[in-house]
Amino acid sequence: MKLYAKYFSIHLRSAMQYPASFWMTFFGQFLTAFSAFLSIYFLFDRFHAVEGFSYQEVLLCFSSVMLSFSFSECFFRGFDRFPSLIGNGQFDRILSRPRSAVFQVLCAQMDFSRLGKFLQAAVVFCYAVPASGVEWTLPRVLTLCGMLLGGVAIFSGLFLFYAGATFFTIEGLEVLNIFIYGGREFGSYPAVIYGRAILKFWTFVIPMAMIQYYPLLFLLGRTDSLLNAVSPLAALLFLVPAYLFWRFGLRHYRSTGS
Amino acid sequence: MDFTAKYRAIFRIRFLNGLQYRLAALAGLSTQFFWGFMEILLFRAFYRADAAAFPMEFPALVSYIWLQQAFLTLYQSWYFENEIFDAITGGNVAYELCRPMNLYAFWFTRGMANRLSKAALRCLPVLLVAFLLPEPYGMTLPVSLPVFLLFLATMGMALLLAVSMTMLIYGLTFYTMSPLGLRTIFSSAAEFCSGALVPLPFLPEKMQEVLELLPFASVQNLPFRIYSGDIAGMEIVRGVALQIFWTASLTMLGMWIFRNALKRAVVQGG
Repeated sequence: MKLYAKYFSIHLRSAMQYPASFWMTFFGQFLTAFSAFLSIYFLFDRFHAVEGFSYQEVLLCFSSVMLSFSFSECFFRGFDRFPSLIGNGQFDRILSRPRSAVFQVLCAQMDFSRLGKFLQAAVVFCYAVPASGVEWTLPRVLTLCGMLLGGVAIFSGLFLFYAGATFFTIEGLEVLNIFIYGGREFGSYPAVIYGRAILKFWTFVIPMAMIQYYPLLFLLGRTDSLLNAVSPLAALLFLVPAYLFWRFGLRHYRSTGS
Repeated sequence: MDFTAKYRAIFRIRFLNGLQYRLAALAGLSTQFFWGFMEILLFRAFYRADAAAFPMEFPALVSYIWLQQAFLTLYQSWYFENEIFDAITGGNVAYELCRPMNLYAFWFTRGMANRLSKAALRCLPVLLVAFLLPEPYGMTLPVSLPVFLLFLATMGMALLLAVSMTMLIYGLTFYTMSPLGLRTIFSSAAEFCSGALVPLPFLPEKMQEVLELLPFASVQNLPFRIYSGDIAGMEIVRGVALQIFWTASLTMLGMWIFRNALKRAVVQGG
């Protein structure tokens, strides 16, 4: 942990070496999230509700997914950029050090400008939490925390899968971007609005619905089922296959030699 | 020798170069199918919520989405060449200047060829599948032949406009020397204003009126909506006029920025 803090401060200081560039990028990231928010705002300005979900309720969903996404994008950046780590042979250096590879890749890169998205999502979140009409009780607060945590687990798990695949392909496997960025983009709305088939996909293949649609029903009091309340825990389990896949890839790793 | 021959050669080289990335195109294709489908499903949910509030015919929207996916690489506002940014900030631009070519025209041709080659690999499969899909997910044929020809013409002009916008960003990089911030801000603003996130008819009327005057609306918004008859009659005339105006003025502005930047450019040795 101490070592992580050290890396953290190094990355922070290095980002701050070019403050103008950093804040511009930060602002750009903020704008990206903001235009996603604007799309929702204008669509609801016209349609008011979708599949029984109101504007404020969808915002709760949007902001919690975006918070998890931007957090993962900032701190799991090393896995996102993993192809370059393999391509230039840096990964061989990592393997020769007496620390776990996951930890070191985690420390290799952090991209604080992504927190621009985080900030935007946090603002929307602060608005949506009271405005969504949820009567906040302790179990519901816990479920909400679970949604955020589970979201981080899914996105970081996807990054881990992406990095794991790189052991075989050397180049990044772009197909996984569908789920990473698709999850962020389409996860803004409760998964049920895309129809039953897609809901099943987002439940059993990539458990996005476990951190938005199912727990959201519990928050909004539309179900008292305990299953819905604890569904974010299932998203945490997503890390297990992701980690195993990474391990599997690591065992098959052959250096690119440069 | 014909004056345009060298630019045609560059175009050819870049185009063929782009065609090499077939695997990447395949990955891109699956993304585009997924994206198109999810978008259509999303809008279908809104359509079911309140059909009367829907500002376009549903088939017109479906065509819009598939065209968008098929020609994504042609108009995407976040597509920049890192090589060019590196050349500007790293000083390699000096080599480029040694060539007996106009730098603006050189990079313009290059940008066009890159975008076209990417689109050439992707658009046919997407369009083919989009046409074969059953209602309401499939694409419809254009309203009429003249409309289709107009669609093609505005598509071409939109490409020129899209490239001239990226050229502006390259040009400004000569002054800022750090492209990243400018680039992200431009991309996200352009993305929203061009109707890449939400088609412009879905925005409130006042806002739409303003946005339609901006150059961004002349890129994908115009041809894609002409195709399905969503923009028709006198609106087409207005749209085409605006498109020509913006393409001409942004290209000239870009050339002017380039000329000024290169006049005072100092390349440090190394």
